[in-house]
Amino acid sequence: MGKAINIIRSTVVPLQDENVDTDQIIPARFLKATSREGFGKNLFRDWRYINDDETTPKADFALNNPAYSGKILVAGKNFGCGSSREHAAWAIKDYGFDVVVSSFFADIFKNNSLNNFLLPVTVSDEFLQKIFAAVEKDPTTEVEVNLGEQTITIISTGDSQSFDINNYKKTCLLNGYDDIDYLINMKQEIEAFEKANA
Amino acid sequence: MAKTLFDKIWEKHVVKEIEGGPSVFYIDRHLIHEVTSPQAFAGLEKRGLKVLRPQQVVATADHNVPTLNQHLPIKEALSRLQVEKLKENCEKFGIELYGLGHPYQGIVHVIGPELGITQPGMTIVCGDSHTSTHGAFGTISFGIGTSEVEMVLATQCLMQSKPKLMRINVDGELNKGVVSKDIVLYILSLISASGATGYAVEFAGSAIRSLSMEARMTICNMSIEMGARCGLIAPDETTFNYIKGKVFAPKDGAWDKALAYWKTLFSDSDAAFDHEININAADIEPMITYGTNPGMGVGVSGHVPVLNEVNDQEKPSFEKSLQYMGLQPGENIKGHKVDYVFIGSCTNSRIEDLRMVASFVKGKKKADDVEVWIVPGSKQVEQQAIAEGIDKVFLEAGFQLRQPGCSACLAMNEDKIPAGKYCISTSNRNFEGRQGPNARTFLASPLSAAAAAISGKVEDVRDYMN
Ligand code: SF4
Repeated sequence: MGKAINIIRSTVVPLQDENVDTDQIIPARFLKATSREGFGKNLFRDWRYINDDETTPKADFALNNPAYSGKILVAGKNFGCGSSREHAAWAIKDYGFDVVVSSFFADIFKNNSLNNFLLPVTVSDEFLQKIFAAVEKDPTTEVEVNLGEQTITIISTGDSQSFDINNYKKTCLLNGYDDIDYLINMKQEIEAFEKANA
Repeated sequence: MAKTLFDKIWEKHVVKEIEGGPSVFYIDRHLIHEVTSPQAFAGLEKRGLKVLRPQQVVATADHNVPTLNQHLPIKEALSRLQVEKLKENCEKFGIELYGLGHPYQGIVHVIGPELGITQPGMTIVCGDSHTSTHGAFGTISFGIGTSEVEMVLATQCLMQSKPKLMRINVDGELNKGVVSKDIVLYILSLISASGATGYAVEFAGSAIRSLSMEARMTICNMSIEMGARCGLIAPDETTFNYIKGKVFAPKDGAWDKALAYWKTLFSDSDAAFDHEININAADIEPMITYGTNPGMGVGVSGHVPVLNEVNDQEKPSFEKSLQYMGLQPGENIKGHKVDYVFIGSCTNSRIEDLRMVASFVKGKKKADDVEVWIVPGSKQVEQQAIAEGIDKVFLEAGFQLRQPGCSACLAMNEDKIPAGKYCISTSNRNFEGRQGPNARTFLASPLSAAAAAISGKVEDVRDYMN
């Protein structure tokens, strides 16, 4: 069970880089923990700090810019490529984001996000650029993501687009249950399948 | 109806289809390692669940392990804890562990095939993106996240949507000095690091057929770098001969039965793909990457693209990438200084890779200002190298032959490339910081890496071949 999500309205943090891989989201040296908590602290660690410590933040990095905050991360295309580490989704969620918007997501990252009630929203390239432009003009721009309606809207401009999500996953997110809850109830069918294919 | 190889395996593993959603998909083999499993076991305990089929799970310690003095306790406390936790969980849940010191220990994607665990027609998952490697045997194999590791432990199933299908045909003869790593880096340079996202990719064509199993694994290994859900190659005599006699390969009557099934695993001649790409093997030259994703590669005689060769939207990422690498647009990469050479990782750490390197460097010495690490993919590879005297060739060349593990491929252990230094690496990722904070990576074949070790510079191996 996780925390259900439906409507999220918030300012956004814009990250224009493309092909952001999960090694950047959470570098390998921070994968040594054996619990799921606390990864937010090291989110984008090497992009956030000049030295390999927490003393000198890089001023030009979006997460360090006091103008930007919110529950929605907006990123360039092919976000989350590379390593399958779910720690990347944990870090983004733990940092305080509920939604990541991009024009393109890597497969495994998308699955990992959905399994952690972090909603990946795929928009068109043009819409993505519209969000970046709106936020550049006014960092207090709010974006609303409505999972039930499957829409994303830039409040100030009224620009809106619908997004895809399969019905099963949508139901899971709206109700706060996960795949394991579903699969455990399939036990008899799984065993029957094993017998038939033995 | 005509079916693809992927369809045939997929259909045999669907337990149930859900309307408008993913399918309940059965997993035959589950490989686990220390980094992505502890939270999954913790989740099971929290829910009060057991591992449904412990005999279908195999564990090893690879990501975190030191590559020197493996008989001593791991120095770094957190790494040690993770490796110990794996042992504890395997004991508690009844899972076979090939941990440090075990003769079968090694990188998870090296040991599966070499032990005969990986067999055609199977579905295989692991909490690791390079699980795509096993597709070289005609399997559906893919990386999963930790929540999914927990699902498979608990139910032997996953919720999966069927991906689209792509076929990449590589036909013709390879040029001298060009090996399978170059084929896959070439494909990546054509279609980019996201070119196959959403697809399962079948590699076919005469050039692929002519490759050994180990060379095929190198290609499927890097299919994830194109964003593919998985890569696969239809099994053939090469595959069957490789598997025969391996520790966990079927024996006697079971072998005949398995073989008869395996021989049905190919794409029917009129099967349809959503996308198809044709490549002429003769167009491929030894490849090298210049950027910070594996799609940013060129033939070694080429140069870093100049700005007007890059499309506008990609310019900021391109420039950032070159800045990280300390390279200029238009610069030649051949002749560029390297400080480290890393030959290892699940892409290129098998015995054929080591043989290839040894035959190139035999009688030569490494350049003085280069450090060379050879990290075999498994205990068995290490033992084989020693049995063949390859260790002596390396010793005489001034290379360090280390002990098996992931090592500088992701630098989770002590094997880190120092900030600002250049490493020519046979691994699969040149991401920022992948080989250590601010380390700079050139991805290349074992042959190109060997040549660079000797001169201390990026070389065109063809210059050394007659
Ligand atoms: S060798 Fe590298 S890519 Fe392969 S499993 Fe280990 S860390 Fe992952």
